[in-house]
Amino acid sequence: MIIKVLGSGCANCQKLEGLATKAVGELGISAEVVKVTDIAEIMGYGVMSTPALVIDEQLKVAGRVPSYDDVKRVIEAAGGAK
Amino acid sequence: MFDALGNMFGWLNDSLLKMVWLNDVVGRFVESVLGLSLTSRLGSSIQFFVYDTVKIFVLLSALIFAISYVQSYFPPERTKAILGRFNGITGMVLGALLGTITPFCSCSSIPLFIGFTSAGLPLGVTFAFLISSPLVDLASVLLLASIFNWTTALAYVVMGLVLAVVGGFIIGRLKLERYVEPFVFGTHLADAELPELTRADRLAFAREQVADIVKKVWLYVLIGVGIGAVIHGWIPAEFISAVLGDRNPLAVIIATAIGVPMYADIFGTLPIAEALVNKGVGLGTVLSFMMAVTALSLPSLIMLKKVVKTPLLATFFTIVVTGIIIIGYTFNAFGHLFV
Repeated sequence: MIIKVLGSGCANCQKLEGLATKAVGELGISAEVVKVTDIAEIMGYGVMSTPALVIDEQLKVAGRVPSYDDVKRVIEAAGGAK
Repeated sequence: MFDALGNMFGWLNDSLLKMVWLNDVVGRFVESVLGLSLTSRLGSSIQFFVYDTVKIFVLLSALIFAISYVQSYFPPERTKAILGRFNGITGMVLGALLGTITPFCSCSSIPLFIGFTSAGLPLGVTFAFLISSPLVDLASVLLLASIFNWTTALAYVVMGLVLAVVGGFIIGRLKLERYVEPFVFGTHLADAELPELTRADRLAFAREQVADIVKKVWLYVLIGVGIGAVIHGWIPAEFISAVLGDRNPLAVIIATAIGVPMYADIFGTLPIAEALVNKGVGLGTVLSFMMAVTALSLPSLIMLKKVVKTPLLATFFTIVVTGIIIIGYTFNAFGHLFV
C-alpha cells in the first residue's frame, strides 16, 4: 500500500503525515508513507485544499486534518479492500 | 407586535452578541474585588481587557464552529466548479460571494490560484475571490455586529464585496494575463471526485477549525485587546482625534498606511477598532484600518509572488489600497446614517 500525503509543507501537512505514519505502525501493515510537495503533482489529484490523503492513488481526504481514529479507519478500510 | 419582535431581537443581540451583562459582571468584579473605580484609567482598562477577551473568545469559538460546518459544503474544488460556469460580472460577483464562505487559508493560496487559473477562470473572477476571501468572512461580520451594530456590519460586508467585484473587474479589464507565471497555465488540475463527507466528518471538521483558529489567533487577539485597553484607558481622546479624527483630512490615509504592514487576523483588529471608535474616531477611518490589516498581508503577497509577476501584484495592491481609502472617506462622509 502506498499512502501519499499531499501538501506544500505547511504545519497541517506535517501533522497529517505524522498521523499516517503512526497509524501504519500501529496497524502493523506494510505501507509506505510518501510526502508529495510538488504543486503540479498535487493538482494532478484534483486537490486545491491541502493537506490531502491519497491511498493507492485514491483520494481519501482533502482540505483538513482528520482525527487519528479517522486516519486509522481510512487506512484500514483501504487495506481490507485489497 | 413589531415592538415585541424588536424588543426580543434587541434582547438577543444585547445578551448573546454584545454580552452587555458580561460587561456589568466584569465591572462589578473590578469595583468590589479589585477596589478600582470604573472611571479610573486602570479600572476601565482592566474592565475593557477582561470583557473583550472573554467575549471575543466565546463568540469566536461558537461562530467558527457554526460557520465551519456550513463551509464544509463549499470546498475550493466545488467553488471552482461553480465559478467555471459563469463569466464576466456575474462571475466576479459570485467569486466575491463565494470568497466569503470558502474555507481557505493563505497556505492554500498557490494551489487555489493555479487551480482557478488553469481551469480557465478569468483573472478578474479569481482576484474578486482573492480580495473578498480574507476581507469578508462570516465570523468577522457577526463580531462586527457584536461590537458595533448590524447596520455597520452590513455596510462593511457590502463595501468589502463591492471592493472585491470592482477590483476583479479592473484587473480583468487590464488584461494582465501575461503577468501570470507561464507554468500556471501548464499545470493541470485533475477533475477528481472529492470524498463525500458524513455529518460526523463535518462536525469533526468544525471542531478542528475552532481548535486551529483559536490556536492561530489567540495571541493576536490578546495583543489587539491589550492595545485596545491601553487606548481605552490611557491615550487622551484629544490626541487620537488629532491624528485620526475628523479634523485631520489625512486620517483615513494614515489609518490605511498603519494597517497595511500589520499582519493580524480581523479578530485581533476588532478590539482596537472598538477602542478607537469609542474615542471618537470616524467609522470610515476605523473600517479602513481593519480592511487594510486583513486584506493585505505580507505573507499572502509573498505567496502570490510565486505565481504572478510584479506588475500584476502591484496592480492588485494599488487597487485594494485605493479602494480601502475611498471606502474610508465615503463612510466618514455618510457614516452618521448608520450609527
